[in-house]
Amino acid sequence: MSQESGIVRRKGLRQVMLRGLLFAVLILFCLYYLMPLIVMVSTSLKSLDEIRTSSLISLPQAVTFDAWAKAWSSACVGVRCTGLEPYFMNSVLMVVPSVIISTILGALNGYALTKWRFRGADIIFALMLFGSFIPFQVVLLPMARMLGYFGLAGSVYGLILVHTIYGLAFTTLFFRNFFVGVSDGIVNAAKIDGAGFFKIFFSVLLPMSLPTIVVTVIWQFTQIWNDFLFGIAFTVGDSNPVTVALNNIVATSTGVKEYNVDMAAAIIAALPTLLVYIIAGKYFVRGLSAGAVKG
Amino acid sequence: MAGSKTGRVVFDRFLERWLPQIVVSPLFATSLLFVYGFIAWTVYISFTKSGVMPNYTFSGLSQYIRLWTTPRWLVALENLFIFTSLFIIGCMVIGLLLAILLDQRIRSEGVVRTVYLYPMALSFIVTGTAWKWILNPTLGIEKIIQGLGFENFNFDWLVDPKMAIYTVVIAGIWQSSGYVMALFLAGLRSVDDEIIKAAAIDGAGPVRTYGSIILPIVRPVFFSAFVILSHLAIKSFDLVMALTGGGPGYATDVPATFMYSFAFQRSELGTAAASAVMMLVTITAIYVPYLYSELRRPAK
Repeated sequence: MSQESGIVRRKGLRQVMLRGLLFAVLILFCLYYLMPLIVMVSTSLKSLDEIRTSSLISLPQAVTFDAWAKAWSSACVGVRCTGLEPYFMNSVLMVVPSVIISTILGALNGYALTKWRFRGADIIFALMLFGSFIPFQVVLLPMARMLGYFGLAGSVYGLILVHTIYGLAFTTLFFRNFFVGVSDGIVNAAKIDGAGFFKIFFSVLLPMSLPTIVVTVIWQFTQIWNDFLFGIAFTVGDSNPVTVALNNIVATSTGVKEYNVDMAAAIIAALPTLLVYIIAGKYFVRGLSAGAVKG
Repeated sequence: MAGSKTGRVVFDRFLERWLPQIVVSPLFATSLLFVYGFIAWTVYISFTKSGVMPNYTFSGLSQYIRLWTTPRWLVALENLFIFTSLFIIGCMVIGLLLAILLDQRIRSEGVVRTVYLYPMALSFIVTGTAWKWILNPTLGIEKIIQGLGFENFNFDWLVDPKMAIYTVVIAGIWQSSGYVMALFLAGLRSVDDEIIKAAAIDGAGPVRTYGSIILPIVRPVFFSAFVILSHLAIKSFDLVMALTGGGPGYATDVPATFMYSFAFQRSELGTAAASAVMMLVTITAIYVPYLYSELRRPAK
């Protein structure tokens, strides 16, 4: 009897210690992942003097938002000292139409490819799938020439076009994978009732696919907002998206390096996608895994 | 009257028959032009003498010979190899470890998972900026450790040509390991509880249960994670640009930054195109077998 309870207690103690170790490791990793964010925020709230005298991880002694104000409205991006604001607006102007257009077209294409199966539908899908994982370096040169040819080089409109085109592969994929799982019976019933192609799409399938729409919008939003390659290759100065402007602020080598302004600028550039992640994290993760099946 | 009515019916029939194809055709045309047409253009340019401007005279393999005799390209390849292998191993080890730990029915799992995964929502440009600051040779980690009393500690990898590529690895693993954790966690959760219970009844400890029962079941996740991570690594451009800009010199160049630099800064279109084709070939070699196996798998 006593021996038995002893075993139970010893096991219990071991269990508790293991549990404690488990939590310790998990919390340590939490700190590891959070450290850059904490360092960014705390550095952005310090004055330059304090940065020089204090250490990276010490919290700000006198909190000041000067660096934020400067990053937003007067920091120098290359030779222009306008702050991040105009570039942030460029990103907004770029991301909103690209996301809307590519999502609508993706939904329509995904629907046509799965619910109105015609000869060659699979081939079109496979061709398009390949387009979603090519390294974009392979299309960079001809795209730059084409944008130049159409007079879209160096403009936000050029970026809208590029993001819509290369986003289409992903949006079609997301909707195709969703519509494949929807029973054909629903579509056939609607056909018997006399509903046509667009009627079935708008009044039957689109309302069902609301979660997929959310996932697609979030995926597209983060991808396009975070893009750097197309932004740096196809835009100049005034039309740079916020990621390129941020990189220019940080890479500026003239004058005193203002680390607090750099960090504030980085947080401003990260804020939209960070908010999306905090508000709709579940859908963001689902988008990641939907993208993962194909890459 | 009757004539126009039949006309309408014929037109409606025509629409009904062809509408899906008409709707999909812009997508088809877009893929053909912007993916395949552009690839063809780049491949062709890689076989010409193109320099500042495209030059459509065929010149055989000269650009590829130039590419493979350019020391900078060889550095880029070596960096890609170092980065890719360490990045994949690091992400897999940390990702799997965290997934197994999180699988132990933790109360605040949601919060922890959110923390682990948030770097994935941020742009590499943003996280590169943060890491550049942390790895700053005079004000970053070096200063913290010196502050702890280790006066002679130095950590200047970011500006050391030999070590700079490893700073890219550190930031890359930080950014993507949470994602691999999410992939593995989803895999672990899909393992049938009955199998785990049976193992427990047979007296298998946690290590044995994971090692010889659960992990073999989630083997496809290893495969997916490998493909996704290698894809991320080969395309990695943003992180290198943000962290080191390819420098010092071209010590941290990878093929993606090499291509950008030759195409847009040095205007050597032919060589840039050849390097882009090499990247495409590498990714295709990894991806085509993967896609083939994914598509053959019965739909969920």
